[in-house]
Amino acid sequence: MTVIQIAGLEKSFGSVRALDGLDLEVEAGEVHGFLGPNGAGKSTTIRVLLGLLRSDAGTVTMLGGDPWRDAATLHRRIAYVPGDVNLWPNLTGGEVIDLLGRMRGGLDENRRAELLDMFELDPSKKSRTYSKGNRQKVALVAALSTGAELLLLDEPTSGLDPIMESAFRRCVVEAKGRGATVLLSSHILAEVEALCDRVSIIRSGRTVQSGTLAQLRHLTRTTVVAETARRARELSTLPGVHNPEYLDGRVTFDVDSDDLDAAMRVLTAVGLRSLTAHPPTLEELFLRQYGDQVES
Amino acid sequence: MSTAFIGTGHLIRLILRRDRLRLPLWIVSLTAVTGLSASAVIDVYGTPERIAAYAATVGDSATSDMMNGRPDALDTIGGIVAYETTMTALVVVALMVSFLVVRHTRAEEESGRFELLRGTVTGRHAATAAAVLVAGAASVLVGVLDTAVLMANDLPAGASMLHGAELVGVGFVFTAAAAAAAQVTASSRAALGIVGAFLGVTFLLRGIGDVGENLLTYTSPLGWAQAVRPFGDARWWPILLLLLVAGAILAATAYLTAHRDAGAGLIQPRPGRPRARASLGTAPGLAWRLQRGQVLWWAFGMAVSGALFGSVGPEVLDMVKSNPDLARAIGASGDEIVDSYFATTMAISAVVGTGFGVTSALRLRSEENAGRLEPLLATGMSRTRLATGFLSVTLIGILLELTAMGVAAGVTYAIVSGDSSGAGSLVGAAVALAPACLAVCGVAFLLTGWWPRAALAAWAVLAFAFLQVYLGPLLRMPDWLSAVSPWWHLPRQPLEAFAPAPAFAVLAVALVLGVAGLVGLRRRDIG
Repeated sequence: MTVIQIAGLEKSFGSVRALDGLDLEVEAGEVHGFLGPNGAGKSTTIRVLLGLLRSDAGTVTMLGGDPWRDAATLHRRIAYVPGDVNLWPNLTGGEVIDLLGRMRGGLDENRRAELLDMFELDPSKKSRTYSKGNRQKVALVAALSTGAELLLLDEPTSGLDPIMESAFRRCVVEAKGRGATVLLSSHILAEVEALCDRVSIIRSGRTVQSGTLAQLRHLTRTTVVAETARRARELSTLPGVHNPEYLDGRVTFDVDSDDLDAAMRVLTAVGLRSLTAHPPTLEELFLRQYGDQVES
Repeated sequence: MSTAFIGTGHLIRLILRRDRLRLPLWIVSLTAVTGLSASAVIDVYGTPERIAAYAATVGDSATSDMMNGRPDALDTIGGIVAYETTMTALVVVALMVSFLVVRHTRAEEESGRFELLRGTVTGRHAATAAAVLVAGAASVLVGVLDTAVLMANDLPAGASMLHGAELVGVGFVFTAAAAAAAQVTASSRAALGIVGAFLGVTFLLRGIGDVGENLLTYTSPLGWAQAVRPFGDARWWPILLLLLVAGAILAATAYLTAHRDAGAGLIQPRPGRPRARASLGTAPGLAWRLQRGQVLWWAFGMAVSGALFGSVGPEVLDMVKSNPDLARAIGASGDEIVDSYFATTMAISAVVGTGFGVTSALRLRSEENAGRLEPLLATGMSRTRLATGFLSVTLIGILLELTAMGVAAGVTYAIVSGDSSGAGSLVGAAVALAPACLAVCGVAFLLTGWWPRAALAAWAVLAFAFLQVYLGPLLRMPDWLSAVSPWWHLPRQPLEAFAPAPAFAVLAVALVLGVAGLVGLRRRDIG
């Protein structure tokens, strides 16, 4: 079953085109990574899903409903964590958690206590005294202490320290374990690699790639470091090999997945002594999508 | 010491850039109102006979003394102009500099933007110094323009200059007071509340002193300003007193700034409740929690103002009794004059009290601006329920304010005069002003729904209504213009009887504006 289905979504703010035909599909029960640089349209997409923004064109379905028309009813089944959490300065963190939970239709008391403990958050402090990380924790506790079917998380770990980040990851794994679907927009690639089943990469309001991490990696290059008896000059003439560098009898290069086979044959022909190869990290994947200047 | 002020110049330019519309608007409107009032007064009272008549009637009414101050030199046209315009101008100058200073000091610090600036080469006192210098310069400009418009109306140059200097002196005192208040609390709302209370108390002390003609007047900076008496027995030294007090408050402010942490106030926050009360969890519950302080303070303020009007009421009656010629001249009986007095003072108070209403009706918009509407609307809360929850607090607040004012006026009038028969009608008269208050709130909410960026324009409607109620007769506004003010449509209770037709018509307008705003809010993008 598809929980979020977006096709050809467009949204402009005045003359600025924030979303330009974006597509996104999120299946039930998966953790879906939503990647893109600043200003790519991730938050705009999530706001459309929340019914805060009205789309200009395209179709959007969430949990089988129309996010604009059925906003309030759909919101009983979702939980949202914004990237930039603004709280009422004179309410305490505990009050904000209760407020948001009740407005969503109730929260799980045990879960609330567990999460406060886990995130080491003092609920009796006024929101104006919280740091950015602590405001983020308030939003996380409020969202995670409901039994929501769908979690919309917009860069939820910005401002959290590494220990809290790992607490957050445990929560996402638990949510997935009880069958919830998660849309996780993020910059932190290690987080996406660790948590996400599938990933959509967007740029300038369009989806550029979407698939499992394995599928995305398949489309890309492998980095190879080889030690050979003779210099493997023929590598430079192979079309799929990029940036070969020769140093002290070793060669380092990137090769397109389709040309890996040919490259191996060249290497074995010149007397292969040692070989290490690793698939591209998501970091490299990401940089290749966006960094026009990236060497690879 | 010198490094503590480094960067002040940059910050001054930032303030001027941010307020390039706001500040000129304040200064120009203030000058325009003074100029228009002055030429209207000269138009109406420009002959010796009329000046004499004015001195005999207006100059001896308790209402006027309360609002305008102690009469002085009313046998000259300059004295009448000063009497009609000075107190309004002083209050507006005080408001202008208070908003300006808090907006560029505590509000910046609270938002966290200040930290960004302090990270650059900026001294500890730079932000306060920049705001104080700009507010001081604005006060001087207001004083100079005031002198210029009075002289343009052919009033003596020396007196006009002293009149302008009164405005400058009061501007300085409130600039300093606002800078000090900004050091005390961590929230800009609370800082504004402190300066507002300071203004209210100084206005009241002066008013009570002026009505009773006693020394209480001289406990208030506003009283010192009017003691300059530019068109009568002129003296300049009270202005020096204003400058000295401003200087002393600024010195205290500098001391406070040097002894507190950036971002914090002097009052340290206490821990609050770890759990929300049961009432917090619905839209009206949240709206009440966020605005309860405001609602109660405003209701208290309206009660104080009602008590004041009520206690002065019998003096109005005595004055008419002791001077039957006056009653005959005006063509009204003593009771009618008292009723007219209450109708005027209550309408003015109601307009001022609608300041709460506009803030409250715009609250949803300010929540949106602060990015706090997003998490609320991401819950099961619909826009309609959220908005009606917030508006219900606006409605309750207005009714509470008006009732408080009416009851306080009725009770104090009954106690002081020993006649309780009129108390009920005062409560009725106060509550009957509600439709007009709500209509202005309706405008604010309509803008929130359709033109959120222009939502603050609702204040312009209220400012105009104030002008109409307070100065409309003096400025001889044409009816079509007066009709913009919803109060103009309501009968002047308790002088006139309650009339259902205008009351329900204005109420219907308020309702239509509110519903239209809701339709807009449901259609537009949030955030």
